[in-house]
Amino acid sequence: MNPRVSSFDRQASRWLRGDGSLGRLLLLTVAVFVVLSVTNPGRFLAADNFESMAFQFPELALLAFAILLTMLSAGIDLSVVATANLAGILAALVMTRLLPEPADGAGARAVVALAGATALAGGAACGSLNGFLIARVGISPILATLGTLQLFTGLALVITRGHAIYGYPDAFLFLGNGTLLGLPVPFLLFLAVAALLAGLINRTAFGVEARLLGTNPVAAAFAGLPVASVLFRTYLLSGLLGGLTGLLMIARTNSAKADYGSSYLLQAILIAVLGGVNPAGGFGTVLGVSLAVVALQCLGSGFTLLGFSNFAREFVWGLFLLLIMILNRLAERRKATSG
Amino acid sequence: MNPPAAPASASLATRLRRAAGRHEFLLLLLIVALCGLIGARNPAFFSWDNGCNLLKSSVTPGILALGVLLVLISGHIDISFPAIAACSMYVTCLAARALPALDHLGLLFLLAAAAGTALGLLNAWLIHRFELPALIVTLGTAGLIRGGLLAFVGTRIITDLPASLVAFSKAQVFERALAGGGTVGLSVSFFVLVAVAVGVWLVLNRTLLGRGIYALGGAPEAARRAGFNLALLHGFIYGLVGLLAGVAGLIHAAHMRNANPFDIVGIELTVIAAVVLGGASITGGRGTVPGALLGVALLVIINHSLLLVGLASEWHQVLLGLIIIVSTGLTARRARRRSASAVPVYSP
Repeated sequence: MNPRVSSFDRQASRWLRGDGSLGRLLLLTVAVFVVLSVTNPGRFLAADNFESMAFQFPELALLAFAILLTMLSAGIDLSVVATANLAGILAALVMTRLLPEPADGAGARAVVALAGATALAGGAACGSLNGFLIARVGISPILATLGTLQLFTGLALVITRGHAIYGYPDAFLFLGNGTLLGLPVPFLLFLAVAALLAGLINRTAFGVEARLLGTNPVAAAFAGLPVASVLFRTYLLSGLLGGLTGLLMIARTNSAKADYGSSYLLQAILIAVLGGVNPAGGFGTVLGVSLAVVALQCLGSGFTLLGFSNFAREFVWGLFLLLIMILNRLAERRKATSG
Repeated sequence: MNPPAAPASASLATRLRRAAGRHEFLLLLLIVALCGLIGARNPAFFSWDNGCNLLKSSVTPGILALGVLLVLISGHIDISFPAIAACSMYVTCLAARALPALDHLGLLFLLAAAAGTALGLLNAWLIHRFELPALIVTLGTAGLIRGGLLAFVGTRIITDLPASLVAFSKAQVFERALAGGGTVGLSVSFFVLVAVAVGVWLVLNRTLLGRGIYALGGAPEAARRAGFNLALLHGFIYGLVGLLAGVAGLIHAAHMRNANPFDIVGIELTVIAAVVLGGASITGGRGTVPGALLGVALLVIINHSLLLVGLASEWHQVLLGLIIIVSTGLTARRARRRSASAVPVYSP
C-alpha cells in the first residue's frame, strides 16, 4: 500500500482513539478556560462575556472552515478574507442604494434578501475564479489566491474609494446582532454551517475525493478521480463561505470596509492548523476546527481582559501556530517510530 | 531550469531566435512598450529625475526580490521577509542611537544583516528540523517577529538616524542640475542592488550551492539522494533571505530618512508577484536573476506611473492582481503543455 495512504489510516485510527491533536486541543481549551476563570472570575465567567464571544467567533469559524476545505485537497485559499470583504461591500452597496425611504416593511425585507443573495453570489463568483485558475489553468493554489487576494481587495478599494459603507436596515442587522430562542443568530448560523460541512466532508463522494486528492495527487489523477471538478467545487465552496462571512461581518459591525479583518487570515490558518488540519492535505475535521476556534476565542477574550495590545496578540498567535505545528509533528514522529 | 547555454557553434541567428523566445525577452518588450505608452501620455516620464527616482525606488524591492527568487527556485515560499526587514532595520537604528560607537556605515549594515540572518535561520530551523510547510511557518514567524517588535521593542518612529546612514542616503553620482534649481543624481544605494544581483547570479550559476538550490526545487528527494546537504541548503537559502531583508530594510530607512517599525510589512505580495512575473515558478526549479529584476522594474514603473497617466491609485492593486493571475496562468499553461504525463497532475 502507498505509504501516504497508510499514514492517512494511521491518522484516522489515532483520531478514533482520541489521542491526537484533538486531545491536546481539548486540554489547551480547558487550561485556558480554567486559568482565565481563576484569575479573572468576575469578568471572564460573566454571562455577557460568553454572549459577546458567541457573537464574535462564528465569523472566524467560517473563515477557518474555508481554510479547512482547501487544505483537505492540499491547497489553501489566501483570498478568503478579501472575498468576505468584497462580498460584504457588494451587499452594503445594494442596501444603501436600493433601500426604500421608510426602512421597514416588505420593501426593506426584499432589499435585505437581495443583499444577502448578492453577497453569496459575489462570494461564489470569487470562489469560481479561484477554482477556474487552480483547476483549469493549473496555477498553484498559493499563487492563484495570492493574485486574487490583490484583485478582490483592489476591486473593494475601487468600489469604496477606501471609505466605509454603513447604515443598514434593522432586518439585516438582526443577522449579526439578534438572538433566536435565546441564542445569538451568528452562533446558530455557525452550527448550521458546521453540520452541513461535516456531512459534506464525511458523507459525500466529494468529501472523500477531496481528501484522497490531498493525500496523493498523483495517485488521484491516475485513479481517474475527477481532479479538476473536485478542485473547482472546493474553491467555489470556499468562496461561498467567504461570502457568508462577509454578510456576518457587516451585519455585526454595521459597516463594510475594504481592509476589514486584515489579521483574520493569520488567525483562520492558525485555527485550522490548531484544529488538527494537515496543511499538506488529506486530513481535517469540522469538530477539531470548531474546538480550536472556541479555544482561540477564549484566549483572545482573555487577552482583552488582561489588556494585551493587538501587537502582543499577533506575537502570541504566531508563537502558537509554530508551537502547535511542532508539537503535532513531534507526536506524529513518535507514533511513526513506536508503531 | 535555466536553458542550457547556446553552444559556441550555434549561429548568431539561432542564438537570437532562442533569446527571443525566452520569458525575460517578452518581459523586456512589455516594459519597453509600457514606457513608450506612459511617455507618450506624459513626457515627464522620460526626464532625468524620474529615471533616477525609479531606479532608487527599485532598490529595496529589488534586493528583497533577489532573496525571494532563491526561495521560489528551491520550491519554497517565504512571507516573513518584510517583517524581518522591518525588525532588523528598527533594532539596528535603536542600537546605533544607544551606542554612538556603532555609527559607521559598514557596522550598521553588518548589524542589520546579522539580525536578518539570525531571523532567517530561525525559519530554516523550523522548516528543516520539523519538516513543516514553509508558507505556514513563515506566516507564524512573520506574526511573531512583527508582533514582538511592536509589542516589546517599540512603536515610535526614529527620526534622528545615525549620521553615517544619513550621509549614505544623500550620496549621489551622475548629478545633473535641474531646471528649477538643485541637482538630481543616481542614489549610490542603487549600486548595492547591482552588487547583490551579481552576487546572487554568481551563486546560482557558478556554484554547486546554486545547482543544489535548483535541484531542491526540481525534485527534493532526488537532490537529497544526489548527496546535497539539505540542512545546509535550507540554512543558506533562508539565512540569505534574512540577510538581504536586513540590508534592504536599512536602505529603506535611509531612503525614508527615518526608521518606522510599521513600514515595509505589506510589500510581501508585491515582491513575490515581481519574482513570479520574472518567470520563477512556485513549484520550484525555475527562475533567473534577470527575470526577477525585470519583474521588479515592471512593478515599480506601474506603481509610480499610474498617477502620471491619470489613473487613480486604487486601481494599482487591481492591476497588480491581474498581472499576477495572467503571468502565473501563462507559466502554468506552458508547464502543462511541456509535461510528459498523459494525465494532468495537480501539484499544490
